[in-house]
Amino acid sequence: MAEKVELKTVEGVTKESTQSIIDDVLALYPEKGKKKRAPHLAPNDQLSGKACVNSNKKTVPGVMSARGCAYAGAKGVVWGPIRDMVHISHGPVGCGWYSWGTRRNLVTGQLGVDQFAMQFTSDFQERDVVYGGDKKLEKLIHEAKELFPLAKGFSVLSECPVGLIGDDINAVAKRVAQDLDTPVIPCNCEGFRGVSQSLGHHISNDTIRDYIIETREFEEPIGPYDIALIGEYNIGGDAWSTKPLLEECGFNVKAVWTGDGELEKIAATHQVKLNVIHCYRSMNYMCKVMEEKYGIPWIELNFFGPSKIKTSLRKLAELFDDTIKEKVEAVIAKYDPQMQAIIEEYKPRLDGKKVMLYVGGLRPRHTIGAYEDLGMSCVGSGYEFAHSDDYDRTAPEMPEATVVFDDASEIELEKFAEEMKPDLVGSGIKEKYMFQKMGVPFRQMHSWDYSGPYHGYKGFPIFARDIDMAINSPTWNLVKSPF
Amino acid sequence: MANNLGLAVKPVTETPESEKKRVAEWINTEEYKELNFKREALVVMPPHTCQPLGAELVAHAFEGSLPFVHGSQGCASYYRSTLNRHFREPAPAVSDSMTEDGAVFGGQNNLHEGLENCIALYKPKMVSVFTSCMPEIIGDDLTSFIKNARNAGLVPEEMPVPYANTPSFNGSHIHGYDAMLLSILQTLTDGKKVEGRCTGKLNLIPGFDANTGNFREYKRIFSEFGIEGLILGDISDVFDSPLDGEYRTYPGGTPLEDAADSINGKATITVGPRSSAKTFKWVEDNYAGTNESMPMPLGIANTDAFLMKIAELTGHEVPESLKAERGRAVDAMTDAHQYIHGKKFAVYGDPDQLMGYISFLLEMGAVPYHVLINKGTKKVAKEVQALLDSSPYGAKATIYHKHDLWHLRSLLMTDPVDAIIGDTHGKGLARDAGIPLFRFGFPIFDRVNLHRRPIIGYQGAINMLTEICNKFLDITDETCDERHFEIMR
Repeated sequence: MAEKVELKTVEGVTKESTQSIIDDVLALYPEKGKKKRAPHLAPNDQLSGKACVNSNKKTVPGVMSARGCAYAGAKGVVWGPIRDMVHISHGPVGCGWYSWGTRRNLVTGQLGVDQFAMQFTSDFQERDVVYGGDKKLEKLIHEAKELFPLAKGFSVLSECPVGLIGDDINAVAKRVAQDLDTPVIPCNCEGFRGVSQSLGHHISNDTIRDYIIETREFEEPIGPYDIALIGEYNIGGDAWSTKPLLEECGFNVKAVWTGDGELEKIAATHQVKLNVIHCYRSMNYMCKVMEEKYGIPWIELNFFGPSKIKTSLRKLAELFDDTIKEKVEAVIAKYDPQMQAIIEEYKPRLDGKKVMLYVGGLRPRHTIGAYEDLGMSCVGSGYEFAHSDDYDRTAPEMPEATVVFDDASEIELEKFAEEMKPDLVGSGIKEKYMFQKMGVPFRQMHSWDYSGPYHGYKGFPIFARDIDMAINSPTWNLVKSPF
Repeated sequence: MANNLGLAVKPVTETPESEKKRVAEWINTEEYKELNFKREALVVMPPHTCQPLGAELVAHAFEGSLPFVHGSQGCASYYRSTLNRHFREPAPAVSDSMTEDGAVFGGQNNLHEGLENCIALYKPKMVSVFTSCMPEIIGDDLTSFIKNARNAGLVPEEMPVPYANTPSFNGSHIHGYDAMLLSILQTLTDGKKVEGRCTGKLNLIPGFDANTGNFREYKRIFSEFGIEGLILGDISDVFDSPLDGEYRTYPGGTPLEDAADSINGKATITVGPRSSAKTFKWVEDNYAGTNESMPMPLGIANTDAFLMKIAELTGHEVPESLKAERGRAVDAMTDAHQYIHGKKFAVYGDPDQLMGYISFLLEMGAVPYHVLINKGTKKVAKEVQALLDSSPYGAKATIYHKHDLWHLRSLLMTDPVDAIIGDTHGKGLARDAGIPLFRFGFPIFDRVNLHRRPIIGYQGAINMLTEICNKFLDITDETCDERHFEIMR
């Protein structure tokens, strides 16, 4: 936060010009919708360091929001990536089916043996809705324990009907956990709770607090460089870039939350010396709990692009002794030339290009530096489910007066792209094909578009290649037919 | 606070490699299979999903129709992204974002505000409403909600708003498809029946089918016949739209006027008897002309029957071009039969497609062996059995109608086959069993353009045949020993 902020501008973008685009977009809405949406759209005030939009409010019905639900935040984001647990989608068949393998949180191990990245469901039928699903739940956890003996625990992720019919999954979980002497975590993350995925993250953090943390201890003594990597979900193998990087800097990464995660290591995280958090939005809650309860400090870092990585590693080293500081400098000295070579290769083709972002957790701000390393600038950015503290952190990263949009609807994104004329949009699968039909190059920035990793020094060359490929693909020259 | 479960605090442990190895071998055994088949409550990797997904597919399939999910917004995002991934196309749909207060007060306010906003922003010609779990559990009354919306002037007088209850805790995506299609047709044809009028058109109900190539193939067949056909729920241009620099929210779909007039059609055929059962029953009771329920035209015999039925209903002879096409397909099948004859297949899918794959395999002398019906019923299982009984090549098959892909894995590991026909979700099984997976079903998340190549009709039979046989030939080339590596195959 203490970094010095230099004013960034984009030619032709002023507060007035951006506000006028916003006004045009708002004019599309009926009066009530317009009133609700207006506080969520604004030109950035870069030097303020403050959010310029409202956030974390109910989605306006009927606008075509990209948001998901609390279940998606719990199953897809926080719990799902823990590889050695059976995650039960408790309720009808759909939720678990849609979230089956669709986030790209890669895992180590063999499916059904020691990792369980598959779809487990109680497949609610009418009778379960009428008579309740508690008995079925109890039975199915026993069945899962028999069939998947190496599972270290079970999470029970409630879908909408469970909360509405008044089932008591907490009582079932406690009973079965004691019967089986295995953790069974009840997570009341019904999709109707809250306004977005965000509440699902929070509820999941709370269940880690209430059911997991402190239930295991590392056998080896705690060392001065023992840290945990929090809010790293191993999308496309990200953790397999960041964890070795931190190890190269001299740290022992005792646990990763929760990418390629292991339940028991997560449960022993109260013993580490420092929590390094990447995705602040989804896991700041537990960092704060661990700080208050166990006195573990935490630091927020950014592993996208060489500039941010360098700043981050030095910021991290500041908290440690000379051993770490020297190693960090050695790491930077080792990778800097490699990254410079990447920049020299791709920057000539990307310099001056504009990108517009609309993603989740941390990427609408954290990736901006990586684009800037390639000579690009960000002309608009927004989040599906951010809170004010995310937008505070975003303000200094975005150039002055560029457009900020919270919980954007599809038509807003379409209009912003028409007016801001980005050379690339980075957003999700639901947005991808609309932009491509418009002739705007696109990369999925939730899933790395089936590529990755994008984190760390290992990730930047892949990121640079992908961005170049998206913008400069010769297929774009074919869009306009000659007749 | 922590440890609410009251379990003893233990050290962090690592599972020994020997233990992993033991379990890895154990899950492939007969003993494990028996345990696996004893499951009564746990469902692991079911190949079907919930009703609203099917409802959304068909809600996209009419001109200017905007799918509208009454319920939690996360549901809408899940359906949309599934269709985006399968087709690699936009899937614009809205939700009315019901939250906790909706659970208390009901979802009428959300529905009304949602209708007002989506009509202003996305200018649909029709809003097709269907439900996710929440309003189904709390008992929202769509009929009165939508009536009230009209009375409040939130919906233009002329705008159709079909709506369907599509509870996720009942049936599967094919039943949601059926419910939404029924409501769309009921709504559009209301008051449109004219005694004595005949559009001269042949209506076709395709059933739940996420292959745009199939839709184009149906239209080509109509054109070869020289007849006017109308697909009731046409996704071909919706989910296979051109990239030309302009984004269109509604790039295609069955024209609403034509759909309204379909009640005065010459005849109506459904080729999705099990995914449009209710719709077809209603059509039989209400539509003019002859109504026929046929198997999906997969393989030669089913296609023959389909074409003969068209000929019969329209009075047009099967055209020479299609006769020649049939001959070419049979030629291709005969040329290639040796690469597939006797090969054992595990087959799973929605009932209409599944029966089509089986017909085709039987025609090739291939052996359907493990047959898993997505969300099967006893009735469908009986129908599948009758089909298998029609050929000696069906004699070795066993039908599983209450099972999931984790059951199928046990079958593959204990009683191996040569290949799987299914969808992307079978890829882990195929990898573990070391056999190929043919993605003829839905969804396909991991290959490009397969939704664009038809599998129906004679051309579709050639396409399936080509994929299967060439894959087996690739495997031979990749795995044979040096002495048997030959130029010719």
